Amino acid sequence: MHRPGLVLEVDERTPPLVVHAGEGFLIERFPLGTRVLYPPDPLPALPDVDAAIQEALLHPLESGPLPALLRPGMRLTIAFDDISLPLPPMRPPDVRGRVIEHVLELAAAAGVDDVRLIAATSLHRRLSPAELREMLGERVFRSFWPEALGSHDAEDPCNLVCIGRTECNEVLELNRRAAESDLLVYVNINLVPMDGGHKSVPVGLSSYRSLRHHHNVPTLLRSRSYMDPPHSALHQSTERMGRLLANALRVFTIETTLDNRTFPPPLEFLNTREWEWSLRDQVALVGARQAALRAPAAVRHRVFQNLRAPYGVTSVQAGATDAVHARTLATLHRQQLVDVQGQADVLVAGVPYLGPYNVNSIMNPILVYCTGLGYLFNMYRGGQPLVRRGGTLILFHPVPWAFDRVRHPSYIDFFDEVLAETTNPADIEARFEERYATDDWYRHLYRTGYAYHGVHPFYMWYWGAHARQHLGQVIFVGADRRSVARLGFRTASTLGDALEMASDSVGRSPRITYLHAPPLVLANVRPDPDSDPERDG
Amino acid sequence: MYRSWPRYAASTVLARRAPGLVTAGLAPLRLVQRPAPRAPGPGWARLRPRLAGICGSDLALLAGATSTYFAGLVSFPFTPGHEIVADLLDDADDLPAGTRVVVDPALACAPRGLEPCPACRGGARQRCAHVVAGHLAPGLQTGYCTDTGGGWGARLVAHRSQLHPVPDDLPDAAAVLIEPFACAIHAVQSGVAAAAASARSVLVVGAGTLGLLTILALRLLGRAEHILVAARHPRQRERALALGASQVVEPAAAVAAVRRRVGAHRLDPELGQPFLLDGVDLSFACAGSASSLDLALRTTRAGGRVVLAGLPPGRGVDLAPLWFRELELIGAYAAASGFATALDVARRVPLADLLSAVYPLGRWREALDHALDAGRLGAVRVAFDPRAEA
Repeated sequence: MHRPGLVLEVDERTPPLVVHAGEGFLIERFPLGTRVLYPPDPLPALPDVDAAIQEALLHPLESGPLPALLRPGMRLTIAFDDISLPLPPMRPPDVRGRVIEHVLELAAAAGVDDVRLIAATSLHRRLSPAELREMLGERVFRSFWPEALGSHDAEDPCNLVCIGRTECNEVLELNRRAAESDLLVYVNINLVPMDGGHKSVPVGLSSYRSLRHHHNVPTLLRSRSYMDPPHSALHQSTERMGRLLANALRVFTIETTLDNRTFPPPLEFLNTREWEWSLRDQVALVGARQAALRAPAAVRHRVFQNLRAPYGVTSVQAGATDAVHARTLATLHRQQLVDVQGQADVLVAGVPYLGPYNVNSIMNPILVYCTGLGYLFNMYRGGQPLVRRGGTLILFHPVPWAFDRVRHPSYIDFFDEVLAETTNPADIEARFEERYATDDWYRHLYRTGYAYHGVHPFYMWYWGAHARQHLGQVIFVGADRRSVARLGFRTASTLGDALEMASDSVGRSPRITYLHAPPLVLANVRPDPDSDPERDG
Repeated sequence: MYRSWPRYAASTVLARRAPGLVTAGLAPLRLVQRPAPRAPGPGWARLRPRLAGICGSDLALLAGATSTYFAGLVSFPFTPGHEIVADLLDDADDLPAGTRVVVDPALACAPRGLEPCPACRGGARQRCAHVVAGHLAPGLQTGYCTDTGGGWGARLVAHRSQLHPVPDDLPDAAAVLIEPFACAIHAVQSGVAAAAASARSVLVVGAGTLGLLTILALRLLGRAEHILVAARHPRQRERALALGASQVVEPAAAVAAVRRRVGAHRLDPELGQPFLLDGVDLSFACAGSASSLDLALRTTRAGGRVVLAGLPPGRGVDLAPLWFRELELIGAYAAASGFATALDVARRVPLADLLSAVYPLGRWREALDHALDAGRLGAVRVAFDPRAEA
């Protein structure tokens, strides 16, 4: 039976809890009274995914059936999320590939010849042939690569077209092939509420010229949080763009959701609650910890990067973007949402080995920052963060001073040059963004290599802007002091030391919340009737 | 300093791995009592050094890091020391005894009693064609010639053409840095001569004495909008910024810093060092090492100019960028005409702050150890005071 999410209050009987920390994890004993947020159990997976896909395509929401939209001689473009989703990557077959197979079969049956597949990478790096093959399956890959399958290029002026301006004067520039198609089918995996909806096309297939309207500090400071679209200025902007796009292009949206079976054997115990571990789980824990501690860094890195999650598909919906996304969000909430009463003084979270931008790569300090202060801090909805204003965020991660030269060249310069001067997001945006965004070398590496766009580390930094503004202090446990100092924060050796350091601002008996993730958990923070209504300022 | 090829060879091999051996007896250097040098002809005078700096070229010689090219340009045994502020013991033409002077060490045609060669006639005494001729033993400079003595001794002799009176209000600590400052000025003048209009971005590799003085000279004489400095040690980086550098980075970060500055494309060969396809307009290799010149060559734009200001390394520089990027590589060896400018501006710049320590000759091992490790210890120039008792 599917159990809802849980807020556990640590007492004398609570066992030590798993805390993710990069390419490894700790077993940490939390102070009595700490509230621990666990996600709901995995939702029941669809018993027949192909049938569900077929059903969604033939009976879409607020749209005619897909076959009715297909006709001979038309231009059909199928765009899909890149490998930043899901995390970890899905054990094959990837549901995107399965959906696309169905779409292609319908297109072939309708006599559609002009079909192009585009990974909606936006300013992310291009996907390698191997990554595309894993995502789409051998058959689709062989049929379309390389002429009719590739990644979006946001720096190819010939391949971009201006759709127009929104009522707020935001420019929407889009992939020309997609914009000039008779039908754009978008296929996604909606891992968190931030994804999907109108964020898919106007972000995934656009350019820096468009992204700068919402990927900026003021917008992200007004997004509380960006995991809660109704309270997110970021999503309001992309929705305006989506509405503008709807006048110019027919989009058929297909969204999918997954359960939260995040870790495969032998790490599957990480999907469950500690007090429910079997003897086998405990043996696996000891073995995994020892292996993580003793293995050479390169081996450990490879093992973690090769993890493929045994997700089950929990829903497939297709049709008009808004209707589809509403249903997607409802399913996501059932999988991730947990109600929390009141804010904490201290939020603790473990930053795992993987974020959206280091698949098959290194999680550099900026990505650690983004995952901790961006994604994890923002895993709330309802307008109130998990931690009160002026509170403390304690993150676990070693934060090594390590970068991937091929995939993150501008991150290296951002870390060396920009953060050496200032960590203030608004200052960084004003002084440095334009130069990095238009740097010819970064542009070259983005277009011809496998590099993230030159401006991408700025977005990572902006992603944490809300947390920086909200929090009193951030402390990393077990981290490289130099790296963390460059990020503008402090380090502690242990959780106890971190709490001691935090006591100046939150006192010696703070309310502590531990966000036990992954698997991902989204908090619905409700006002605490016993606390000061001005607690969050 | 005396001739010893075995010691030179041993220093070459061992000095880098165990620098302490240089002063522990490996280097062919001894403190000895020698007869004071005699004035070899008219126009010469005896000098009593007040302070004499320990130059990077002196240290390179002791550590066996100098090119064998120079073997024919010195005469053994010689007393090192060419950065000198001294008192005149005799009248030297128009300069009366007792005058405080700094010494331009180049031993060109005039000191050698020869008719001026074309270079000397043109004022470029550092390019003299007669440095091994005339009535002096071979020696490119005072401090490398057996006949003249050097600053690391109680007495030396110098020709009037080498002497520059020191203003009364310029302390010895500043005056002893006039010679390296003049070298830096000469390097900057050489560097900007052709590129004055376009040298907006400049890289200075090395922030020892010469590097710091080059920054100073660039700020006084150049028009660079941005001076990037590659410096190894933290105190060097602080000083470089204080003297006018726009940005200071560690050498390992210099390629990235130049790239960011000019927006160049960077290439990382599978084997070898990264380099840029664009770069600074002008660079100065001031560290006297192969790596400093190598860095300058890899980060200067096509057609740009690289000034080799520090003593050139004996070996190990990849000249491929010089050829491929059609760079202009020029040497800036000595003070030349820089002396007049250096003396003119010396009171306006903090030269004395760069003299970090002064030792008596009797403590020469400590002094050289200090100088060899100056960067790490936060020191800049170390000098001898030959008048002081050990």
